[in-house]
Amino acid sequence: MTKSYEEINEKIRKGKAVVLTAEQVSEMARTMSPKEILSKVDVVTTATFGAMCSSGAVLNFGHATPPIRMERIELNGVPVSGGLAAVDTFVGATDCNVQRPEYGGAHVIQELIDGKEVILEAWAKGTDCYPRTHIRTRISLDTINDAILWNPRNAYQNYNVAVNSSDRIRYTYMGTLLPHFKNASYSSAGELSPLLNDPECRTIGLGTRIFLAGAQGYVTYNGTQFNTSKPINEYGVPMGGARTIAVAGEMREMNSRYLRGAYFEKYGVTMYVGIGVPIPILDEDMAARVSIRNEQIETYLEDYGDDFKLIGTTNYAALRSGEIEFNGHKIHTAPLSSLARAREIADILKGWIERGEFLLTAPTRPMPANRSLKSLEENL
Amino acid sequence: MEKRIVLNFPAENAQNPVIYDIVKKFDVVPNILKANVKADQGGRMVVELVANENEIKAAIDYIESCGIEVSAIGSKISWNSELCTDCGTCTSSCLSGALTIKAPDWKLQFNPDKCVACKLCLKACPLHLFSMDVSV
Repeated sequence: MTKSYEEINEKIRKGKAVVLTAEQVSEMARTMSPKEILSKVDVVTTATFGAMCSSGAVLNFGHATPPIRMERIELNGVPVSGGLAAVDTFVGATDCNVQRPEYGGAHVIQELIDGKEVILEAWAKGTDCYPRTHIRTRISLDTINDAILWNPRNAYQNYNVAVNSSDRIRYTYMGTLLPHFKNASYSSAGELSPLLNDPECRTIGLGTRIFLAGAQGYVTYNGTQFNTSKPINEYGVPMGGARTIAVAGEMREMNSRYLRGAYFEKYGVTMYVGIGVPIPILDEDMAARVSIRNEQIETYLEDYGDDFKLIGTTNYAALRSGEIEFNGHKIHTAPLSSLARAREIADILKGWIERGEFLLTAPTRPMPANRSLKSLEENL
Repeated sequence: MEKRIVLNFPAENAQNPVIYDIVKKFDVVPNILKANVKADQGGRMVVELVANENEIKAAIDYIESCGIEVSAIGSKISWNSELCTDCGTCTSSCLSGALTIKAPDWKLQFNPDKCVACKLCLKACPLHLFSMDVSV
């Protein structure tokens, strides 16, 4: 038995699709075979709410009179890209003013989504067609032309667990890592995480419609650092960071409950992004994939206190128990991404699909099949 | 039982040996978790008292009678639970176990009685949702 996207969408239109969250189907899989799951379930919703630094927004401010070709741009004092035409910019989530490192592009994006006004200041040399050299004004989502969340790399398939063997605190994008293995940070929604439920991206590709920070957004491309070359464990799960997705969506439809500007101590600004991805149960293989459970999802322990060495493995059931053991150390574990908020997103997406408000899209192009990562060589 | 309190020493009572006194008078076991008290300026001390309920109450009454303000440690930390996303990052550095996040609901819980005012949560929270009304 197989199902097509069209058959599933027809059920969704009629309000007859059976939709479960990935956690619900993983529980169901304890007593049901993939064949039974395929016959009972049409769509599984997955979600994550974690820090995703490779995020940002494309804005178009509109032209002032007289017009300006903005070459240096600040939003609330945060320098943003002046490299996109006259009145376009890209606000990178991690953009910040070095004088005020705890406030950055992610906070500007969140404030815009919250409906707040933001101060735009821009400078230019002045040209015959764009004579103006300076402008300072207030903008909001109501006053500008375009505001598109445009994230090059989100929803990492899996991620290493951070620990610190050294004798001093390490302040990292994985949070504050205490010395001598006092704590371990992990960042994945585990069995609820989107790319762990479709590990080979059979259904997630260019054009996949998703939940993005409260809006209906899209997977626009393979995410940067997309990597298919990580080791695969016996349950088909890639170990460590592997595949990623690039996503985009309309900021005016978003809600900051699912997008937050954040600051990690002595690291910098980042952005928490809420993403929900529907997985159609097309065949027994997909039914088996979405049945994955936390104890089957393994990842590496990475020592941020010793040259980022991979020093062991663990799984998400162990991580969620609050303590893992490694070489005689009992290590206190803590998440970085919100499972509670991810569950909320999976439930919202489930509701959208059950009510016929959200149809599934087949990828217009699949994700790459063979990709590995290069290191940056210093060759000058 | 165990109770964690903050002692606020005014400058004039900074040399009062109340910790010694409560051991002798009330059989309380004090565990000083943090202290910043100068003889000429006063300061604050975080102490865990271990004893039965009546002895702890008597010890606190005695400390207050010596002109040293006593407050529950939880009153010093505030947490904006409304804006909290329950990411759990703060629990990573909370070794006293005051901040916890776990199954089944994975919502952040704050137990002021376990807090030792180490202040690591103030910096660990990526949304800066913790604050302390005095520096201890």
